[in-house]
Amino acid sequence: MFNRILTIAVKEIRQIKRDPLTLLVIFIFPILMIILFGYALNFDVKEIVIGVYDQDRSELSREFAVSIDRTEYFQVVKYYENQQQVNKALDSKDVQCVMVIPPKLSEDFYAKKNVKIQYLVDGVNGNTATVITSYVGAATRNLSNKYINEVLEKKGIELYQPVIINQSFWFNPELKTTQFLILGLMGSILITLAVVLTAVAIVRERELGTIEQINVSPLTSIELLLGKIIPYIILSLIVWGIILLFGYLLFDVTVKGSWILLFVSTVFYLFASLSLGIFVSTISDSQQVAFQIGTLISQLPSNLLSGFMFPIESMPPAVQILTNITPTKYYLIALRAVIIRGVGVEAFWEQLVYLFIFAIVCLTIATLKIIKQRK
Amino acid sequence: MKLIFHFIKKEFRQFRRDRKMFMTILIAPVIQLIFLGYAATLDVNTVHTAVFDKDRTEKSRELIRSFEKSGYFQIDHYITNYDELTKLLDKGEVLMGLIIPPDFEKNIERKESAEVQTIFDGSDGNKASIAAGYSQGVVSGYSQNIRFNVLEKSGKIIPMSGTIQPEIRVWYNPDMTARNYMLPGIFGLILLIITTNLTSLAIVKEREIGTLEQLLVTPIKPYQMILGKLVPFTILGFASLILVFTVMKLWFNIEIKGNVVYLYFSSFLFMLSTLGGGLFISTISKTQFQAMIISSFIMIMPMIFLSGFTFPIENMPRVVQYMTYLIPLRYFNIIVRGVVLKGLGITDLWQETLALFSIGIAILTFASLRFHKKL
Repeated sequence: MFNRILTIAVKEIRQIKRDPLTLLVIFIFPILMIILFGYALNFDVKEIVIGVYDQDRSELSREFAVSIDRTEYFQVVKYYENQQQVNKALDSKDVQCVMVIPPKLSEDFYAKKNVKIQYLVDGVNGNTATVITSYVGAATRNLSNKYINEVLEKKGIELYQPVIINQSFWFNPELKTTQFLILGLMGSILITLAVVLTAVAIVRERELGTIEQINVSPLTSIELLLGKIIPYIILSLIVWGIILLFGYLLFDVTVKGSWILLFVSTVFYLFASLSLGIFVSTISDSQQVAFQIGTLISQLPSNLLSGFMFPIESMPPAVQILTNITPTKYYLIALRAVIIRGVGVEAFWEQLVYLFIFAIVCLTIATLKIIKQRK
Repeated sequence: MKLIFHFIKKEFRQFRRDRKMFMTILIAPVIQLIFLGYAATLDVNTVHTAVFDKDRTEKSRELIRSFEKSGYFQIDHYITNYDELTKLLDKGEVLMGLIIPPDFEKNIERKESAEVQTIFDGSDGNKASIAAGYSQGVVSGYSQNIRFNVLEKSGKIIPMSGTIQPEIRVWYNPDMTARNYMLPGIFGLILLIITTNLTSLAIVKEREIGTLEQLLVTPIKPYQMILGKLVPFTILGFASLILVFTVMKLWFNIEIKGNVVYLYFSSFLFMLSTLGGGLFISTISKTQFQAMIISSFIMIMPMIFLSGFTFPIENMPRVVQYMTYLIPLRYFNIIVRGVVLKGLGITDLWQETLALFSIGIAILTFASLRFHKKL
């Protein structure tokens, strides 16, 4: 039995080697994505470009605008003279936010009234708008407190902070976001390649009719499947190595925990991904269909639902339950535990169990489908 | 002319044979649309928290309550030692640990500063820094309250001044849903898949089966062949656009604010470059699988990420920002968002329209010449 599996595997490897262009794409794709995600893509809102319409023109209002500009989050690039200019400012995308200071800011503030500074935020990108809103809100309240304290101080009231806060960040004190994204990318690339490659390889055999030839040979289906899958496990592991290597070389992503645990988790993940690929092959009748369904079923959930790009806790409850359909979610939890936190298996062993269950479910459905098709 | 017409008819007959394929291709973006609509939020609205209250007094409970009341923190665990906290952070079960020192209340009453400690799981740098901002806000609010209470009790007149409050208005997308921003991006996505992916596949398939040679010995001219191949996919592209419009309107209630005719016109301009891309890929790939992976992994995916579809272009480094000027999808996304969300027209967007047109013509001409030579 072992010999026969090996023969199939060798045949498959020979076939892969005959197509150097495909191999090239498979190796270039992860490198391209790492470079993109490492250097170009992030959700950080760095400097919010802001415009000011100061109707008060008092010392306080000028001071306020300058203080906002001085914080690292904002950059005041424009001053407006009238309402028309303000109305056009967001349409033209010159600024992301306009600060409108009311006519009697200074007078009212010192007259012990509560005044409001209006911010107009470009909401087209909802995520950026959320960040801008919270930044301008916090900055305004901070400045307000500062001015209140100044007034109190002038009246000779001693100032002290009753409660102060001491914050520390474990595992990643500089709060770098790159390594987090690279781990997500690792999950997303591995599952995509594993699913698409296995599904297409199996369907191709069926499309070309060579599967009938194999059917009349003494090979059992299990032997055929294993033989076909082994080369792709090796290929996926090479891709995994490439991602780790480039992550280390370019972005200093180092493994804090045990390499063995990392390897074991990856093997579990590949097992789950390949099972998904086998399942896809049973519902596709051509290479094109296998490819389309394969990319859809692997990419979409692993990018959107796994916690790679969007935090799971913030999704609506129904969607949170739905996130369990992607094995990438489990793999990412394991990856973060081993690579970023460097903790032992006791912190994430459940994830390996989930990956195993996922694989078994996929294989069972696939087997049932095959049995049904044979009948 | 008649020749081309027959050629087109033949192509459509072929479409009908691949029904499963087209179902997948049309349904995929709709599923993606729905997923994106619900899952894509970067908000951190639930910070899972563990509290280690060493003081257990009225004041410490008050502080805990103000964390809960802020709406961002969900206290899952009350713990009694550091080991528990380490375990929870290692497992990633909580994002934040709040530690209140034993003499918290005493210090406050003695008018000395009491220090509370927060420890974050920094694995996801983004999430940790947002949560740190929230906790800072809660503690400083609590601190301010205590100070005012103390002042009030001491009989000094409060307030000495007013406050400055932010009043934030979000334009174009008042709910700040990422949905409205991302959904129009689906148009570009679906056109890319249909025109680039399928065009290249259709031609390569013909070559793989050998029917391309048969066509060459017929009196059909190369330009007629190119047209005959491209026109059906253009029509298919428009059909899928209409489908996506309808889903967007019925399911998500997003109406097109601007001129629909202009939207279709710019879609056509966009398709010039995507069809050209498909034609180009067909000249460099020998097998269907090569065509699929080159178009999906090397062309479509990087293009999507660099077009500002999910990641804002303003956040990218300068060099990459300049690179995005070469990507037609960038202009198309600006146009689609402008027309759908803001109701802009060609007078506002003529630059993008012109760019789309020039890039499209350039790519299509280059690809046609290459295709011609290859024949």
